[in-house]
Amino acid sequence: MEVSVMEVYILLGFVLILSIYLGLELISKVPSTLHTPLMSGANAISGIALVGALSLSPSSQLQEILAFLAVTFASINVFGGYLVTNRMLKMFKKK
Amino acid sequence: MNLIENISAFQNIVYIASSILFITGIKMLGKEDTAVKGNFLSALAMFIAVAITLVDIVNPLLIIIGISIGAIVGSLIALRVKMTSIPEMVALFNGFGGLATFFIAWSEFKSIPENTFQYMLIMITIFIGGVTFSGSIIAYGKLSEKLTIKKTSIITKLFTTIFYISIIYLVYSISLTNIFVPTFDFFTILLILTLLGGIGFVLPIGGGDMPVVISLLNSFSGIAAAFAGLLLSNNVLIVAGSLVGASGLILTIIMAKAMNRSIGNILFVGYATSSSISKSEETGEVKPINVSDAYLILENASSVLVVPGYGMAVAQAQHVVRELGELLEANGTEVKYGIHPVAGRMPGHMNVLLAEANVPYDVLVEPDDVNPSMDSIDVAIVIGANDVVNPSATEEPGSPIYGMPIIEVHNARTVFVLKRSMSSGFAGVQNPLFFKENTRMLFGDAKESIGGLVSEFKE
Repeated sequence: MEVSVMEVYILLGFVLILSIYLGLELISKVPSTLHTPLMSGANAISGIALVGALSLSPSSQLQEILAFLAVTFASINVFGGYLVTNRMLKMFKKK
Repeated sequence: MNLIENISAFQNIVYIASSILFITGIKMLGKEDTAVKGNFLSALAMFIAVAITLVDIVNPLLIIIGISIGAIVGSLIALRVKMTSIPEMVALFNGFGGLATFFIAWSEFKSIPENTFQYMLIMITIFIGGVTFSGSIIAYGKLSEKLTIKKTSIITKLFTTIFYISIIYLVYSISLTNIFVPTFDFFTILLILTLLGGIGFVLPIGGGDMPVVISLLNSFSGIAAAFAGLLLSNNVLIVAGSLVGASGLILTIIMAKAMNRSIGNILFVGYATSSSISKSEETGEVKPINVSDAYLILENASSVLVVPGYGMAVAQAQHVVRELGELLEANGTEVKYGIHPVAGRMPGHMNVLLAEANVPYDVLVEPDDVNPSMDSIDVAIVIGANDVVNPSATEEPGSPIYGMPIIEVHNARTVFVLKRSMSSGFAGVQNPLFFKENTRMLFGDAKESIGGLVSEFKE
């Protein structure tokens, strides 16, 4: 069975649209206390680009450098993002 | 089926599990009781997705070095940063995420795109990733006050023009296909224009509009990751990126609503040119007060509302504020903190500062909760907030900030305004609150003034 390029992208686009919709539904009501942690936590998640950087298969020197830089910067985003969020959340407490 | 296909199928199954963890994690992150656990689940999801991707990598050594550098640098920054520098820190991390997608798309372009779709996705990912990066770096510079270029300066106008040019150039680049490749190196030009454009995107926006920009850049970094996911046909990138994009968008909308302005107005117009600023010169006298008189009034108050703003962050007064709050409570006074969503320089800025100073979050109230009962409050203490307590927003239809929801402290019995001088707030609008009959101005550094009140109480 041959899947056309078009079909693949429609399928991926489907995942994209549903995920955005799901995100909007899930987070629609956020207490203002959590605005910063949510932003910072979401920021850490955007470090998922790390997975993308890891799945590159470089075939030239330039590509190797680009992949290396992508991995490094995405890792800073991931580690820094999660640690800062965790530090922040631990400060919030009830009386 | 050969081994390679087996690995790839298995990876995809694990990606589904990781996506579900991300979704659950971000859902829990939006609720106070489960936020810590939510962040943990999302970190777990990240770990799983990264670990399974590492199974079949080409060059393990280089990648391990890259991750190690990232881990060390990221952790050092995250653990050493002061809580007052959180806004610029978030901006910086955000920019790095955008930069990573920028590099990914660049590298993919060098692999020579197989079809028109891929080609278009590369251009778009380059653009969003690049704008996120350079925009975030500018936001970092503005928030840490290392960068002080005025909105009206020629440099700002130049970069803003480049931003518009870069959008046009992006459309041009997308319209080119593999069949029609121009003789000049259009791709390098796109890379450079994108980075310069990002500078122009954020440079004209500043001050009180910062919370909107930060949330928007946050959203962009997610969208960039999602597009990189489309490009690499990687579902977990699409799902996680979309979640970030959506959460950033929601925050952006909340911030814009709290200012009663459209996102377009904030990004492309700004306060300076919005409507004709009616300079209704307030007549009336400003009534200053000193610390010991303020103490006498506070000592007899039965309810106090503290309204902090960016000035509290600048003066680092959150710890003395908490101390004053505790002393007031020990004196039998009910103390609440009125938090405006856009007070400060990022969404939730005041909440983070007060949490750092150990103020429990259940005494923090939002404008809608406190405004109806404002007339029963004995003393409202405004600490370095201006536009968010400006009565022009409700009383003067000609004012540029008219319609913005505010904390109506002018309805309290007495208002103390802690301020360094009589300068107007970010919006450049005079604040009639300072001239009201029930307002007393306590001039000076917020930390020193509050500190003075604290020592009066202790005596």
